[in-house]
Amino acid sequence: MGKTLFDKIWEKHVVKQISGGPAVLYIDRHFIHEVTSPQAFDGLRQRKLPVFRPRQVVATADHNVPTLNQHLPIKEAMSRQQVAALVQNCAEFGIELYGLGHPYQGIVHVIGPELGITQPGMTIVCGDSHTSTHGAFGTIAFGIGTSEVEMVLATQCLMQSRPKLMRINVDGHLQKGVTAKDIILHIIAKISASGATGYFVEYAGSTIRSLSMEGRMTICNMSIEMGARGGLIAPDQTTFDYLRNKPYAPANFDAAVAQWAELYSDADASFDLELHIDAASIEPMITYGTNPGMGIGVKQLIPQSETLTEQEKQSFRKALQYMGLQEGQAIQGQKIDYVFIGSCTNARIEDLRAVAALVKGKQKAKDVEVWIVPGSQQVAAQAKAEGLDQVLEAAGFQLRQAGCSACLGMNEDKIPAGKYCIATSNRNFEGRQGPNARTMLASPLTAAAAALTGVVTDVRELLN
Amino acid sequence: MRTKIQVISSTAVPLPIEHIDTDQIIPARFLKATSREGFGKNLFRDWRYSNDDEAQPNKDFVLNDAKFSGRILLAGKNFGCGSSREHAAWAIKDYGFDVVVSSFFADIFRNNALNNFLLPVQVTEETLATLMQLVLHHPSTEITVDLPAQSIKTADGKVNSGFDISPYKKICLLNGYDDIDYLLSMRDVISSFEQASHKTFAA
Repeated sequence: MGKTLFDKIWEKHVVKQISGGPAVLYIDRHFIHEVTSPQAFDGLRQRKLPVFRPRQVVATADHNVPTLNQHLPIKEAMSRQQVAALVQNCAEFGIELYGLGHPYQGIVHVIGPELGITQPGMTIVCGDSHTSTHGAFGTIAFGIGTSEVEMVLATQCLMQSRPKLMRINVDGHLQKGVTAKDIILHIIAKISASGATGYFVEYAGSTIRSLSMEGRMTICNMSIEMGARGGLIAPDQTTFDYLRNKPYAPANFDAAVAQWAELYSDADASFDLELHIDAASIEPMITYGTNPGMGIGVKQLIPQSETLTEQEKQSFRKALQYMGLQEGQAIQGQKIDYVFIGSCTNARIEDLRAVAALVKGKQKAKDVEVWIVPGSQQVAAQAKAEGLDQVLEAAGFQLRQAGCSACLGMNEDKIPAGKYCIATSNRNFEGRQGPNARTMLASPLTAAAAALTGVVTDVRELLN
Repeated sequence: MRTKIQVISSTAVPLPIEHIDTDQIIPARFLKATSREGFGKNLFRDWRYSNDDEAQPNKDFVLNDAKFSGRILLAGKNFGCGSSREHAAWAIKDYGFDVVVSSFFADIFRNNALNNFLLPVQVTEETLATLMQLVLHHPSTEITVDLPAQSIKTADGKVNSGFDISPYKKICLLNGYDDIDYLLSMRDVISSFEQASHKTFAA
């Protein structure tokens, strides 16, 4: 029996298997940020422990940072203290920090790959559920809680049970205007927000192979939104080309590539569950409810609750009431107030290029506010070098500085109560972007199209 | 938070909503503290209060309903999905719950709960529905969660089910051990593993 990609990586990282229990799993790379690490460092201090392998830990400040005037002290006291605690902890424990003002600062899941810290075959963790993003490079990457952050800081290991494995095959050609974001929103809508709980998901098939690294990251990023701890894609020439010449790329790059090329699921490897998706059937997607599984094609109608069980009905109706939408209603044409293009899902240079190409020479709708928040300082610098900043600003879009921003509204970037926001981020939970804010998840193209028209729009109609 | 768990008998608080994500359990704006304490007062903050005002409790929300109290929280399927924030487990424990019963837990939340001696008890949809109805109609219903026996029961016998837990985690909860104690005892083995597998990283 052949081996899966997942098992090839997993087996190389098991320090010890406890019989009938979890494995002691070795972690190659550990990313930390200001929100989920302070209590872990306190734990080390209480136990009088050093960080076991500080060179394998990299820190940045992203969740809580302002996206305007980053050169000034953070205004909000608790945010300022949390970022200051990260600076202090990294200094005290000898950890590399790409903090505010550093040219490498940015969203942790954007900077890891763009610096080449994320490499095929690694185990990677971070106190953030979107750590699944790094799986795009053929890694076992998953989010952990703060107690686990403390464990990895103290021992570079975690107690983990091997998950079940699912493979999702996407084959065929995508329609014009349909992107990686639409693929993953389509998959989540199909299997629900809990459809992959207990699994790691390998994405495969010709459509996945044809995606850029940015597109692959978008897909792996949202694995957690269907409950999967992580998602991964076998590395290939696209992966190797992306990593070559990155600051952290291995010195002997060709030798590394020879090893990475062995990382794929063997032809006779078996999975606990396998799904097949026809790429041509995927439409530009948008969500209408309060979990990422509540998504439809932009031309479809919001579903009716008749077919649901009594228990499901209550949650479904609560979601529509929160969103101010009706069963059976068309989503296309729904008026929106804000557009947020950002987050670890869709704030990479490719996303900004796609948006700029669509809106070049056009103007945003009068009563829509548009925020573009690059995923990192490097993305922002690249956008400027390509002149994208001028295109976006000429269209009336506001280009801000790097951070998590309105994806979770921890800083001041919040959507006001009752307002509709088309967001390229990953969660449409109640209050996610601010108390009573109404979030609709979509691709950068669909978000940009809505920015121009002021309503939910089928981007295919603007492209023709 | 390190407390042994054995047998817990208590009334319960019913929250029959599915896919309760950790943003509902504790909204992001309350994650700015740098200690583990005090999150209970913001548990389900945006469902508990109107306009984020503690002077305006939302009377329809179950935590504001004096009929319901106890150390056991009953919730719909896929409880704890979304963000990995351990603050969600801290908030539930800090509020006074020791057990969450659902038909389905998100993976990261389950680990976070176990690491904080908050017991996630997964039961079937039918058992959960029965428990919800019992508690909604008779708030004084006492539920007994017996970790050594891995069972959940009501005194009237209407519910009497088993539940699964990893044998390793069961030992941890019964004895008040946590993973870090064990991992620290493994540091020499980990160092040998690193040498054998050439784990060296450029900074």
